[in-house]
Parts: sequence; structure tokens; C-alpha cells
Amino acid sequence: MTPTALPGAFLNRRAERTDRLVGAVQRQGALAVLALVVLISLFAFPDFRSWDNAATILVAAAPPMLIALGMTFVIITGGIDLSVGSLYVLGGVLAAWASQYGFVAAFAVPLLVCAVIGLVNGVLIAYTAMAPFIVTLATLLGARGLMRALSNEGSTTYLVQNDAFRSLGTGSLFGIGCQVWLVAVVVLIGMVLLGRTRFGNSVYAVGGSEDAAGLMGIRVPRTKIAVYLLSGLLAGLAGSVNAAKLGSGVTVLGAGMELDAIAAVVIGGTLLTGGAGTIGGTVAGVLLLGVIQNLINQVGNVNSNWQQVISGTFLALVVVAQIYLVRMRRGPS
Amino acid sequence: MTTARRNTGWLPRYGVYGAIALLLAFNIVFTPNFLTGSNLRIQLIQVAPVVIVALGMALVIGTEGIDLSVGAVMALAAALIPLYLGYGVTGAILVSLLAGVVVGLINGTLVAKVGLQPIVATLALFVGGRGLAVVISEGKLKDVRNEQLIHLGSGDLFGIPVLVWIAALLVLVVAFVIRRTVFGRRLLAVGGNRPAAELAGLPVQRVLITVYVLCAVLASIAGLLSVARIQSSDASSVGLLIELSAITAVVVGGTPLTGGRVRVLGTVAGALLMQLVLATMIKHNLPPSTAEMVQAIIILVAVYAARERKTR
Repeated sequence: MTPTALPGAFLNRRAERTDRLVGAVQRQGALAVLALVVLISLFAFPDFRSWDNAATILVAAAPPMLIALGMTFVIITGGIDLSVGSLYVLGGVLAAWASQYGFVAAFAVPLLVCAVIGLVNGVLIAYTAMAPFIVTLATLLGARGLMRALSNEGSTTYLVQNDAFRSLGTGSLFGIGCQVWLVAVVVLIGMVLLGRTRFGNSVYAVGGSEDAAGLMGIRVPRTKIAVYLLSGLLAGLAGSVNAAKLGSGVTVLGAGMELDAIAAVVIGGTLLTGGAGTIGGTVAGVLLLGVIQNLINQVGNVNSNWQQVISGTFLALVVVAQIYLVRMRRGPS
Repeated sequence: MTTARRNTGWLPRYGVYGAIALLLAFNIVFTPNFLTGSNLRIQLIQVAPVVIVALGMALVIGTEGIDLSVGAVMALAAALIPLYLGYGVTGAILVSLLAGVVVGLINGTLVAKVGLQPIVATLALFVGGRGLAVVISEGKLKDVRNEQLIHLGSGDLFGIPVLVWIAALLVLVVAFVIRRTVFGRRLLAVGGNRPAAELAGLPVQRVLITVYVLCAVLASIAGLLSVARIQSSDASSVGLLIELSAITAVVVGGTPLTGGRVRVLGTVAGALLMQLVLATMIKHNLPPSTAEMVQAIIILVAVYAARERKTR
């Protein structure tokens, strides 16, 4: 491969080995840090070491996990979806409102509305050449307006009026909350979709090089639309899961949720330039942020706003490290 | 992408002025008490911080970047003011401006030297900056009772609020910098075509870092003026979501997101238009939720009209 006259095989093999090592760090870094943090806190914090606490972390991580899952697909195509925070709140309010019409409605209404907004995102991005971040910024505003209109400018809080729906949020199976099982199933489906299907391959192809994907015969617009639709759908699902947990459609949550999701995806090793990333990494990223939050709560008298400072610093460190890892892989050219 | 690049239509260039004229005409006819001094005064005072932040944002967008951290910078500036008022107004203002410089240096270094995408580089401080501001202010709302500072926020000069004078002055300065200085030309060159600017020997990294510092300093000015106006400092609410308003103002004003061009007057007009839309709706008893949805549509129309046509 190398045009210069290097002493052949030896150097080549060494370069290959560094390459593989760097790649592994980039892909599994979040998992390694997560394992390390969990290990340390198992010894350092006695309160951390309990099933209850583990279940708490998982339940708290359930909605962010869904949002980050959708965001992973979007970011792998090289896009970004800023509207998910608003859709999450909108989904929660819609689920609580629709629960009066039964269990199915409490899921169907938010999923449908959020999917339609995701579809609008996708169509605008795929067919008009507008930047994803500005389109989803506009739908962020639009969805928030819709949510406020539904809740009489945020003054009405709808209560969940369906016991079956409510029990999804409060009940548990084998000691772990029902919503965690639901999220686990959705994440597994997502993994199969991204890793084992034709759709998954075209997502990577579009993110790697849109022009090349188009020339290969991949339907680029259709892939993009599907990805934003999926992201909207999952944000709506996250909202309704959260409404089931809280028992009401809370109108003030969800600001900055999109940025947490982006942070988790990036920490999980997905490149913002598109074309590379895994759902396993995103899962590790979400859990890592969740564990850090949990630890900050454990320490107690630490100001909870440090959480944001730590996440921000962490995010910066990870992205900078990623950039250098990518450069090492590509060689010093 | 050669000659068709600058081939944008009249709508993105002059649409915003037409829309303002239409809305003004509508209001003069249909809104009672619209043309009173007190109403115009309130509108201008409310729009001033957005204009100041949007000026910095326009500069950053001119380099094909984006700065999400402006709201966090406003919060930081607001949190620092009450802490250092003991050293006098000048000291407190200098400290909060210094905070802006530091944030700008971090953003600029991440973008220019490390090579991060602007949206990610500034995301880190968007997340962490406000948290830090709330930590600094211990999560408390603090009253500000310094006479000089309050004069900045609610005083008058020749019958026009000091706040508005400051915003107008900054608009003139930024317009001058863009049109008449070497730095301004370099900024546009970097935004228009970064590799070409590098090959032409421009100090690309230095220009980028300076732009992010300027943006953050403008945001901290907006932050301290907000404190002066409200006469209290609440780090958890100052400048919340202002990055959205600023980006909206810039985009509606006809500055393309693809860089290489900055429309300073358009940006001011964009901010005025959004304020006017909001005011019109409030005065006609439409709820803020409708206003938000209308804003969303205005952003989409503006970006759609201004998007660069692909030449294939």
C-alpha cells in the first residue's frame, strides 16, 4: 500500500496493529470508561452497591436511551436532530391527554404525531438541501408551540387516566421496571436494524459519502427521511414512557434533552461527520452519563449543577480525543 | 459551485425589510396605541440584547460556523457581576467581559486548532457553561442595587434608553469591522473558502479564534446589560434559549449559513422582525404558543429562500 520503500512487512504490521488498537479504543472507549467508573464506585460508595440503585439508574436512563438511539441513526447519516427534546415533551403531554381514551391511544397518539413531525424534518432535509440543524431547530420551536397550545400555555397538566398504561411506568418485572424491558427490546431491534439489514447498510453508506451512496443506487432521500422519522418516533415513545412513569404530562421537562442525547451518542464513539458509529457505544454513553448523575446524587452535598459542568467537560474531552484518534488512524498526513 | 454560488434572489436579501414594512403598516392601522413612545420604547429595549448577541452570531456564521454557547456566556457574565460589584462597576464589567474572552478562546481553539465542528465545540460549553454559572451564583437570584449599573439598564440619553444606544453603537462598530477592515475581509474569505484562504496565506486560525472571542464578548455584554435592566442576576434564566433567537435573527436577515457573507443590517432587521411578530401577536391576544409556531414557519421560509441552489 505505501508507495515509499519502507522495510516492508514489519512496519506495515506495526502500523496495522496501532490502527486496530486505535479503532478499538474509539469504538469501545465509552464501555471501558463505564466499566472503570462502575468498578471504582462499587468500592468507593457503599450506597451504589445495591440492586435498588442499579434499577434506579436503569429507569432514569430509559427515556434518554430511546432518544439517543434515534439520534445515533441520524448522526451516522451525517445529520443532527435538535427537535427531539421538544418532541419528548410533546409526546409526554399527548400520552397523558390520550390516556383517557385507553391504553392503545396513549401510545398511538404521541407516536403518530411525533412520527409526522419527524417525517416533516426528513422531507425538508432530503428534498430541499436545507441544513439539518436549522430545519430541526425550526421544528423544535414548532413542536414546543404545539405542546404549549395543547396544555393551555403550560397551565394544564393532564393526568394519566389509564391504569394499564400507568402500570407500565410503575410496575416491574424481575425487580426491574417494565419500561427498562421495553427500552431493552427497542434497543435490540435498533441494533438488528442498523447492523444486520439493508436499511442499516444504507444509513452507513449515506453518512460515509452521500454522492457515492447515490451513485451506488441507494435511495438517499428515502434513507434520510426514514432516519428522521425514526428519531421523531423514538422521541415520542420516550415521552410517553416518561408520562407513564410520572403519571402526568409534565410540560417543563425536556429542555436540553437533545443535547444530552447528542453528548451520549458522541461519547459512545459515533463520529459527528457521519459514516461510523454503533448502538452499543451509544448505550454505554447513556449509561455513563446516568451513572455520573447517580454518583453526584450519592455524594449528596455536591451542588447538582456540577453534573452539567462535568458532562460538558467530559463531552469536550471525548470529542477532542476522538479527533486525535481518527487522525492517528489515518496516519500523519 | 462556481458562479451560481452568489446567485441568491431578492427574497432573502430584501424580504425581511418588506415583512417589517407590512407588519408595521398592519399594526399602525389595527393595533391601538402602537405608535406611542412608550410602546416603541419597550419594543426597542426588549430587542436590544437579542441584537447584540445576533451580531456576534452573524460574525461566526459568516465563517461557516455556529455558536451555541452564547446563552451560557450571558449566564456566566450575569453570575459574575454581583460577585465583583464590590470592586466598582468598571471592575465587575471587566471581569464579566473577561469571562467572555475565556469562553471565546476555548471555543475558538477547539474549532481552529483542534478542528472540531463548531456545533460540537460550542455544545460542550452550552452544556457546561450554564451549570458553572449556576454553581458560581450558588443557584440564588441576587439583587443588584448599584446606581451606575442600573443607569446602564434603565437610564436615558437624549430621550432614548442607554441600552438602545449601546446596541446601536455595537451595530455600527460591527458593520465597520466587516466592511472596512482587513480583519473583516479576512473573516469573509475564511468563511467563503477556507482552503483558498489558507493557500492565500491568511492567518486562518487567528481569524477564527478572534471571531469566537468577539461573539462571546458580545454575548457577555448582552448578559451584563440584562442584569442591569432586570436589576437582579439569575444565572439559571438569563439568556435562556437566546441562541435560537440569535440564529433566527441572522438567518431571517439573509446571512447564508454557508458562510462568506455577513449582513449586519439584515441581522438587526431580522431581530426587529421577530420582535414585531411577537409583539403583534401579544397585542392581538394570540398565545405565545402560536407565536412559536409562526416563528418556526418564518425560519423555514427564510432558510428555504436563502438556500444555495445546487449546480449539477
